[in-house]
Amino acid sequence: MIPAQLLHPTSKGLYCPPGDFFIDPVASVPRALVTHGHADHARAGHGDVWATQQTLDIMAIRYGTDHCRQTHIAGLRQSMTINGVTVSFWPAGHVLGSAQILVQFDGLQILVTGDYKRGTDPTCEPYEMVPTEGRLDALITEATFALPVFRHPDPQDEIAKLLKSVAQFPDRTHLVGVYALGKAQRVIGLLRHAGYDRTIYIHGALKKLCDYYSSQGVNLGRLEPATLDKGQKDSFAGQIVLGPPSAFVDKWGRRFADPISCFASGWMQIRQRSKQRGVELPLILSDHCDWDELIDTITELKPKEVWVTHGRDDALIRWCELNQMKARPLILVGYEEESE
Amino acid sequence: MKPFSHLLDRLVLTPARNGKLQLLKDYFADTPDPDRGLALAALTGRLDIASIKPALLRNMMAERMDEVLFKLSYDYVGDLAETIALVWDNKKRTATAASSAAAPPADENQQQPSLSEVVKSLQLAGKTDAQKILAGWLDQLDAPGRYALLKLLTGGLRIGVSARLAKLALAQLGRVDVTEIEELWHGVEPPFAELFAWLVDGGDKPEQLAAAPFRPVMLANALTEPDRNKLNPELYAAEWKWDGIRIQASVEGGERRLYSRTGDDVGRAFPDLLNAMEFEGTLDGELLVARAEDDGNLNVASFGDLQQRLNRKTVSKALLSSHPVILRAYDILNDNGEDLRQLPFAQRRRRLEGFMSNLNPSRFDLSPLIEFRTWAQLADLRADPPHPAIEGVMTKLWDSPYQPGRPKGPWFKWKRDPMLIDAVLLYAQRGHGKRSSYYSDYTFGVWTDEGVLVPVGKAYFGFTDEELKQIDKFVRDNTIDRFGPVRSVTARPDFGLVLEVAFEGLNRSKRHKSGLAMRFPRISRLRWDKPPGEADTLASLEALIS
Repeated sequence: MIPAQLLHPTSKGLYCPPGDFFIDPVASVPRALVTHGHADHARAGHGDVWATQQTLDIMAIRYGTDHCRQTHIAGLRQSMTINGVTVSFWPAGHVLGSAQILVQFDGLQILVTGDYKRGTDPTCEPYEMVPTEGRLDALITEATFALPVFRHPDPQDEIAKLLKSVAQFPDRTHLVGVYALGKAQRVIGLLRHAGYDRTIYIHGALKKLCDYYSSQGVNLGRLEPATLDKGQKDSFAGQIVLGPPSAFVDKWGRRFADPISCFASGWMQIRQRSKQRGVELPLILSDHCDWDELIDTITELKPKEVWVTHGRDDALIRWCELNQMKARPLILVGYEEESE
Repeated sequence: MKPFSHLLDRLVLTPARNGKLQLLKDYFADTPDPDRGLALAALTGRLDIASIKPALLRNMMAERMDEVLFKLSYDYVGDLAETIALVWDNKKRTATAASSAAAPPADENQQQPSLSEVVKSLQLAGKTDAQKILAGWLDQLDAPGRYALLKLLTGGLRIGVSARLAKLALAQLGRVDVTEIEELWHGVEPPFAELFAWLVDGGDKPEQLAAAPFRPVMLANALTEPDRNKLNPELYAAEWKWDGIRIQASVEGGERRLYSRTGDDVGRAFPDLLNAMEFEGTLDGELLVARAEDDGNLNVASFGDLQQRLNRKTVSKALLSSHPVILRAYDILNDNGEDLRQLPFAQRRRRLEGFMSNLNPSRFDLSPLIEFRTWAQLADLRADPPHPAIEGVMTKLWDSPYQPGRPKGPWFKWKRDPMLIDAVLLYAQRGHGKRSSYYSDYTFGVWTDEGVLVPVGKAYFGFTDEELKQIDKFVRDNTIDRFGPVRSVTARPDFGLVLEVAFEGLNRSKRHKSGLAMRFPRISRLRWDKPPGEADTLASLEALIS
């Protein structure tokens, strides 16, 4: 058997023929392994779903408890067998519950990183190098920020920029665009770590997931809904308000005193991107690997082959070629570039 | 370097003027000498540092990095300095990314070289070792620091901060009038330690030592109807308001300078006028393009012609002869070293007339006074001026001294009524800051002979907050297409939004699809009552060209 017979892309997602299951399928399938709870990876409507307890909880929060026929809890670092194929889930450090998936069968082993990062993030279990003893047949790696221009700066420095701006502009509201799962809680966690103990205001779309993170022991401090009665326009002056980026350009954003629009994302590394979005204060905070982390991982795992999924596959494949590694793109459809 | 690079990053993304001022003030207050002075020099175009050509940077990268990876990076980022700043591998990265991302020691800021260390070493470097020194600094700086340095060296920070704005921030910081700084500006040198000592640290005001310094300009207030009813016309002189660039021409001890209204030295763009400045003194006047007629009089060309001469680093010979500039004098501030600013306007005017008789008549002439007895008479003259390059009238109190700034009372400008057209809203773009949730920047068009709407201008003010809400709703309800932050809206002869647009003049322009460019367009009224089919045509607009 060759690696491509153990896992290969289909229109519904990455498929394992001997195990008859999909990993992060983009359409309804009988058996799905889900790496993490972001909406383009975790969808409703499958038959059996294997995922970590936290990912299953997040799916239930988003889609209701009946989002699939049967859930199976995948314990971290524990092997399970599905139709004779051994699978195990390993911490990916991306968001709460996120996992890499190791697939082993017939002497072959392939690691699917899913979305992952190796930088510090106290709001989820840190990334763990999967022990493959240098015998990895293929590494299926994410490549969201796979260009040498992406070098994520220290997150605490980025938060310091936000806090400095709050001090410089005490009459304005700092509106921070964040995605609801992961980024919101990470920004709050970083603010708390930096000593910001005032109430942080959140858009309604973030509430359930923030509550869930708190229930999992992530300390987010005091959060209040960013709602107000009529005629109270100045009440958010000097405050930090978090919400999904789409809400800020919509009428929702009008309730705040002379807002400064901030956006927490790895894309904010590129000035033109910030400018185009009308972001005044970009916060370069990513839940994905940067270029250095991606190539460090490849270097350390020494896989026989690298398959590069969604993102900028060309640069990473070029890097592999320069370092005498076999690499090819893996064309998977249905994942959103901006989902971070 | 960190405070400076952080400042640049914030300024470039901050659209609001007050926001920029706050950022500049905080930087100047918090940063020690000489860094803040070098930053001020960089922002005002006065930093003396050898520039580095992009080709040299590309070669430098070719030696350090795989060219395919560099090209992929550059294609994605689109800016050379930014690409290099980001891909530069400073080799200090520790073995695993996980450990490098852990919180660094708190004193990392101190390890970054300061702006002055970097600038000084590069100023002292010869051409050959400059590249090596640059590489050394790039190794030591973080990505924003590398970006700031590369932008300094490749010329043009392009961060939307004018020299004027930087001076205004200084003035606010020191609680002095900005004219005081403008007056001193050309007598102080980077890193401006004595300026900061005065403005920030409570020291003495520096003495004005430079020859031919800028003398802060006197400006006029708009003349309103209630003003007119109160003012006695007999106390006022009147002259035409010429549509050019206000300029100050100063010569002292052979030093010749041309200053803009805000004290920027603009002489380099006008060598023809500089050459003709054979006098000792300071004149206040209007810079115009004008060609001599057979009778010896100067015929002033349109503002469009003058625009050909603006914002150029060098001027070609052809342009110098096809678009010669002149100074049409309004006032005299200094005559052979004698400061005339405290004399009343009537006396200065007599001195000016005498002074002008000795100047080259093909480069200097006198702005004529207008005879009038009543405001009504002046209103008639204003409504029908004798020359298209006149944009209104000025009135000046006969016994007013020359005061810097915009004192209320002595001088008034009474501009011609704006031109008006009815145009149709075509595109709307989301605003910034306060307006980021509103579609507040409008592109409007008029009809061509073929019955197509062609864009003729863009406006983003003139309307009330209430009107903004109404237009925003119209845009959201009638969007037919989206391009990023821009929406295109329904605009048919029977349905759409007609905007009454006011503007100050119209020029031909090759850069615009319509071939026309408006000056100072703004929305004056919303014409909900008017069907777009009845809006103006391109032909009717062309008829307005002066």
